[in-house]
Amino acid sequence: MNQANNLPVAPGQLADGEDQQYLTFLLSNEMFAIAILNIKEIIEYGNLTEVPMMPGFIRGVINLRGSVVPVVDLSARFGRNKTEVSRRTCIVIIEVANGEESKQDIGVMVDSVSEVLEIPRSEIEPPPAFGAKIRVDFIHGMGKVDGKFVIILDADKVLSVDELSMLGQAAATVPVPQAETA
Amino acid sequence: MDAIQQAFVVESRELLQMMEDNLLQLENSGGDPEIINAIFRAAHTIKGGAGVIECRFIVEFTHVLENLLDEMRAGTIVPDRALIEVLLACSDQLGKLMGCVESDAEPDEELNQASRSLREQLQRYLGAPASASKDVALSEAEVQAVGGGEMETDNWHISLRFGPDVLRKGMDPASFLRYLMEFGQIVQLVTLPDAMPAADEMDAESCYLGFEISYKSDADKARIESVFDFVRDDCVIHIWPPHSKLADFIASIESLPEDTMRLGEILIKCGALTQNELDLALDAQSDREVDAPQPKIGEVLVDQGVITPEVVEAAAVKQNKVAEKKNLESQLIRVQAAKLDQLIDLVGEMVIASAGANMLAHKSGETALAEATSVITMLVEQIRDSALQLRMVQIGETFSRFHRVVRDTSRELDKDIELVISGNEAELDKSVVEKLGDPLMHLVRNALDHGIESPQVRIAKGKPPRGTLRLNAYHESGSIAIEITDDGAGLNREKILSKARERELIGPNQTLSDSEAFALIFEPGFSTAEKVTNISGRGVGLDVVKRNITALRGSVEVESKEGQGSTFRIRLPLTLAIIDGFLVGVGKASYVIPLGTVVECIELSEKARTETNNRQYINLRGEVLPFVRLREQFEISEQGGKRENIVVVQYAGQKIGLVVDELMGEFQTVIKPLGTIFKHIKGIGGSTILGSGEVALILDVQSLVALATVQQNRLQSAEAVKV
Repeated sequence: MNQANNLPVAPGQLADGEDQQYLTFLLSNEMFAIAILNIKEIIEYGNLTEVPMMPGFIRGVINLRGSVVPVVDLSARFGRNKTEVSRRTCIVIIEVANGEESKQDIGVMVDSVSEVLEIPRSEIEPPPAFGAKIRVDFIHGMGKVDGKFVIILDADKVLSVDELSMLGQAAATVPVPQAETA
Repeated sequence: MDAIQQAFVVESRELLQMMEDNLLQLENSGGDPEIINAIFRAAHTIKGGAGVIECRFIVEFTHVLENLLDEMRAGTIVPDRALIEVLLACSDQLGKLMGCVESDAEPDEELNQASRSLREQLQRYLGAPASASKDVALSEAEVQAVGGGEMETDNWHISLRFGPDVLRKGMDPASFLRYLMEFGQIVQLVTLPDAMPAADEMDAESCYLGFEISYKSDADKARIESVFDFVRDDCVIHIWPPHSKLADFIASIESLPEDTMRLGEILIKCGALTQNELDLALDAQSDREVDAPQPKIGEVLVDQGVITPEVVEAAAVKQNKVAEKKNLESQLIRVQAAKLDQLIDLVGEMVIASAGANMLAHKSGETALAEATSVITMLVEQIRDSALQLRMVQIGETFSRFHRVVRDTSRELDKDIELVISGNEAELDKSVVEKLGDPLMHLVRNALDHGIESPQVRIAKGKPPRGTLRLNAYHESGSIAIEITDDGAGLNREKILSKARERELIGPNQTLSDSEAFALIFEPGFSTAEKVTNISGRGVGLDVVKRNITALRGSVEVESKEGQGSTFRIRLPLTLAIIDGFLVGVGKASYVIPLGTVVECIELSEKARTETNNRQYINLRGEVLPFVRLREQFEISEQGGKRENIVVVQYAGQKIGLVVDELMGEFQTVIKPLGTIFKHIKGIGGSTILGSGEVALILDVQSLVALATVQQNRLQSAEAVKV
């Protein structure tokens, strides 16, 4: 952690030759990584309040020491199945930019967290044009760890507050056809 | 914009507001010297500040304004309506120039043009400069009465006492003297070290010096005064032109802290007075001292027959008031709103945490622990109340803004209207005050335009030609009520009803109570005004007022007697941060319904459920009550128990039922915003944290009603198409 704190630059603007630490985690047995500088804490899954009329990938809100923090289901955000809650399910609290100035905390639901790794800059490849089954702009790069590829996510894109809120608006205006079928 | 500029703008805007208030007061009360002084001080401080941030365009503009105000202070220019009009325009102009500073821009040509034309207008009042000599000429007549006569010296005399803080503020007294020498000659200078304490009590950073200066110069008084612009507020400065009135001079000397006798000697030494003059003055003074050991200037002036005792009394009372107000101001601390919000957030969390601890303590069954936690809970609640109190501001500031509105609008409409304000000290949350401005403005304009008649009409109706608009505020059981009352024409019930029938808001034979009928004026697009003015009458407005007020969880109602006037009454909660809520459960989830909207709770019995037959309404004592199942609306999957309850909520006169599983009772709710991601969500207004630490959502009844209405209507039309 100490080393991470000493790093002066944000992950997006990494200068060549500087190494970054990443938190790796599992999502339906696939390994992902997120730059550790954005991560505030990791908590156990629980006490989640569902917010109705929101898209599926917004699981709800939790009370994080007095502030209400939205929780995003990362798997559902990638257009896959909803994450099943298990004993090892965690919420990773990530700080993302909200507009120009302000920051917002968002919780991300993952199957389990693995470890903190240092991935040298030289070991990070640019994202493939297709094939990752995830929107390309979500991917910051492909890190090589023990000869395997790990998808390094771009947290500001995956958790873009603007986009999440727009998707929320879309969901909030749909219920009418659902009522017709009910 | 850097910090200094920002501080300047903030301070100057406040001063401008004060200046405007004072100008309006001046218009009503005539040339009250204390008010003129306050206006002058405001302009002067703005000019000084603008000088510090080197904002040339404000300094230039304010300089002329200040000169004029100075003349007003001296009494050579008497403010009349036209002049006050110009001065108000000047204060508006300053506001605009301030905007330029804020946006770091130079004023554009239009603004410069306005500045120039205002300056020309001011200059016209000022006329020719060199008013100092005029002063002397004017006062000649009074000199006779005093029995003093003129001073013999040809030189100016300047009496200077620097304030203790001068050095700390970065001013060097010597530099002022040097500057004086730039356009004149210091004939004689006597330093007065009398205020200097003993060496061990002396603070090297304080200035204890005073000077008596005999000064030879061709400059006018304003020029010499301008030398001391930067220290004028901190120092006692008296400047006498050559051949001043002796009595004035002596009176002022008495006001200085030093012993009069000693001063007299000094003055002789520096050639301001001759021995002869001094003896004369001191004789006159000792005569007076028989019954008053230390005559105040005021008394001296009274003796001299210059002013009457009543005037002195009035001025003294006013000075006391000013002093009190100043004291009050100095006791205020400027705090950033964000810091307060943070504190209130923390306190809110503390309330939640202590509620949780309390619950656990009671569960544990340990009496001592339970007792301790309940004491803590009580204290925390007190802290919460005082924390919320911090955000409270008096409504007076908002009210006083309307003086200008009423004045300008009534002039525009050719009406004579007086604004009477009461209840200034009623307090409410700052965030509420901010949002209250617009609706209030609307109601006031409405009353001015439609309520109060023109003087001719009023005389014809046997009313006094001058209309009265009252703004009043008072606290009423946990909320604040604000009344806007006019003594104008009142609402015409028949006109409203016929208009409503025309627009099919009510049936042709429907009868309504007065309050129901008057409530119609808050319907969108409803206006009974025959002509549309640029102030109001377009029918957009009152519905917006109502919407804004209800968004603040308040209500607005109107009372009216035709021919006698109307009263609009706004009721608002004191704060937006905490509400009284009603906690309900659906499945495992808890929801909070704002208690203010809850009318009653009834059980939706098994029997009633079968009777409804999937219809979405029940029979509530003969009334049709449509309802919404929160379980369906919110797509909650798990099945609830057998019992279902209906919470009847009312919004904007519309009643609907919300079907829930469980009723859990009242709950003091600290509102937490849900954040940007949820900004488009309908039916949910925010969230709160329960004692258990769980998040509960707060229902937004207004949008929930709207949502349910739209959905059911679409559902029905869709079914109609199918059939």
